Amino acid sequence: MARVSKQDDRRVAWWFVAPVLVGFAVFYAYPAIRGAWYSLTDYTMLGSPGFVGAKNYTDLVADGQFWSSLLVTAYYVVLNIASQTILALGLAALMHRLTRSVVLRATLLVPWLVPNVTIGLLWMWLLDTNLGLVNHLLHAIGLGPVGFFTDAHWAMPTVAGINTWAYTGYTALLLYAGMLQIPQHLYESAAIDGAGEVRMFARITVPLLRPVLALVLVVSLIGSFQIFDTVAVTTKGGPVSATRVIYFYIYQQAFTYFHMGYAAAAAVFLALILGVFTFLQLRLLRASRSDLA
Amino acid sequence: MKGLLAMESHGRLRKTSPGRAVAWALLIVFLVVTLFPFYWMVRTAITPAAELFGDNSSLLPAHPTLINFTRVLGLTTEAEARAAGGSGAHLDFARYLMNSVIYCGLIAFVQTFLCALAGYAFARLRFPGRDLTFTLLVSALMVPPIFTLLPNFVLVKQLGWINTMAGMVAPSILMTPFAVFFLRQFFLSIPREVEEAAILDGAGAWGLFWRVAMPMSRGPLITIALTTTVWAWKDFLWPLLVGRGEEHRLVTVALGVFLQQSPNTQPDWTGLMAASTLSVVPVLLLLIFLGKRLVQSLSFTGGK
Repeated sequence: MARVSKQDDRRVAWWFVAPVLVGFAVFYAYPAIRGAWYSLTDYTMLGSPGFVGAKNYTDLVADGQFWSSLLVTAYYVVLNIASQTILALGLAALMHRLTRSVVLRATLLVPWLVPNVTIGLLWMWLLDTNLGLVNHLLHAIGLGPVGFFTDAHWAMPTVAGINTWAYTGYTALLLYAGMLQIPQHLYESAAIDGAGEVRMFARITVPLLRPVLALVLVVSLIGSFQIFDTVAVTTKGGPVSATRVIYFYIYQQAFTYFHMGYAAAAAVFLALILGVFTFLQLRLLRASRSDLA
Repeated sequence: MKGLLAMESHGRLRKTSPGRAVAWALLIVFLVVTLFPFYWMVRTAITPAAELFGDNSSLLPAHPTLINFTRVLGLTTEAEARAAGGSGAHLDFARYLMNSVIYCGLIAFVQTFLCALAGYAFARLRFPGRDLTFTLLVSALMVPPIFTLLPNFVLVKQLGWINTMAGMVAPSILMTPFAVFFLRQFFLSIPREVEEAAILDGAGAWGLFWRVAMPMSRGPLITIALTTTVWAWKDFLWPLLVGRGEEHRLVTVALGVFLQQSPNTQPDWTGLMAASTLSVVPVLLLLIFLGKRLVQSLSFTGGK
């Protein structure tokens, strides 16, 4: 049999992978090393970086704003993940038991398709203190007005709520896809045994969905740690620092104050946090792949 | 995938019951909550600015208008735009839309093609260092974007690529680790026998890739291209840093700039909503024509 010779394979293969390897080397590997180096310098994007050792890191540890931005991020992550996961699970279960309409699923996907910037604008308008529809409605029932973006207590729940609105449909579709893997006969025999929908949900859907649920949860977690666009458009980290999440803090340090070295150190810190979750994600991905394949 | 779809058609909740009605009602609530903000966006976009303060309870504004669209597309004179509630700042949304389309198209096509090439080599060709190279590549999945973003910005700046399309697409056009990883999975599953027939016909590695593997993997290829398009359409931070200039500005960046130009005390809501509507239209078209594909795609990438 005239199998392509191994010699041929070798020569051609490097041509096949060459562009991707260049991309990897220039825009992933090299910057990763460079970023780690910047974190040890006082680089400001002007002149050349001067080595300062661990100073950026010790400064970070002593920087109250940095810790507050981590705390604010954690608050966001908890609010967003909790609401998004619970709602998406409910929505997926409803779809799973009621309809397989593609039109319905596509419609639920619309907010995910739309840029976060657009979504931010849309909700800034709906929630505007003076002219916004929501405050009009609140006024009609004798409440408000609420400064959704300007009141320090409301700003973060508002941002979290907006992103929950934007990503619940998407998350629900991922969970729904997982639910389709659950053998249907389990529901049929449960129904014969007289189990109600709630019981089926608690005894069949949730337990069997656990691997998919775990994966989706970790992926959402990694995503919400990196919230930026919505904050950048709606609150710019304010009022005061109520919504200044870590990603926005790093962005400000780097591109508003040009503390590139300091920002790089903060990015290393975030990378370490995310690394834990990403490691978890890759393990879950491998586990679910063998399950689902 | 086929088995999966077949399974869908059995054992649905078919009986009529009060519970079922409640479930449908809940589903409809979800739908309304999902769609209402978009309705309100469009409704505002066709409202004359002066009417914003009036009664907003009707389905359509009293005097629907397209002026907000024409002025954000830069089709009206500055005076007309100002009269319609604009700041008078020059706006050319048509150009930003075109920039975004070019940006997404470039990245989606080139990246998918190059990742497919590499994915194929990693799956079906034998060469020294293959597994090590692949592991290294996939390890890039572990590096969060913010970490490479700062040095990449410095690099692009040093290359003199700020405010160029090259600078905007550079970090993502050659590859994304996930796409290589994902496409390799599919190339691995192509049966040897299919390739052997082509080899008998004299096909080389390129022929096997282009004539056999690519057509057989149309689904996964479209999946990657589509999700890449959507993410590229949503891109904000990188294009904001690299393509802030008027000439290469993307829709998302333009919306941000438009908001900044809008006075804080009285934002140009009708204009902003018209621009927002325009930013939704292209992806909506994508959804209308490729919605089924996209929905199925998400089911099997398991999120990215």
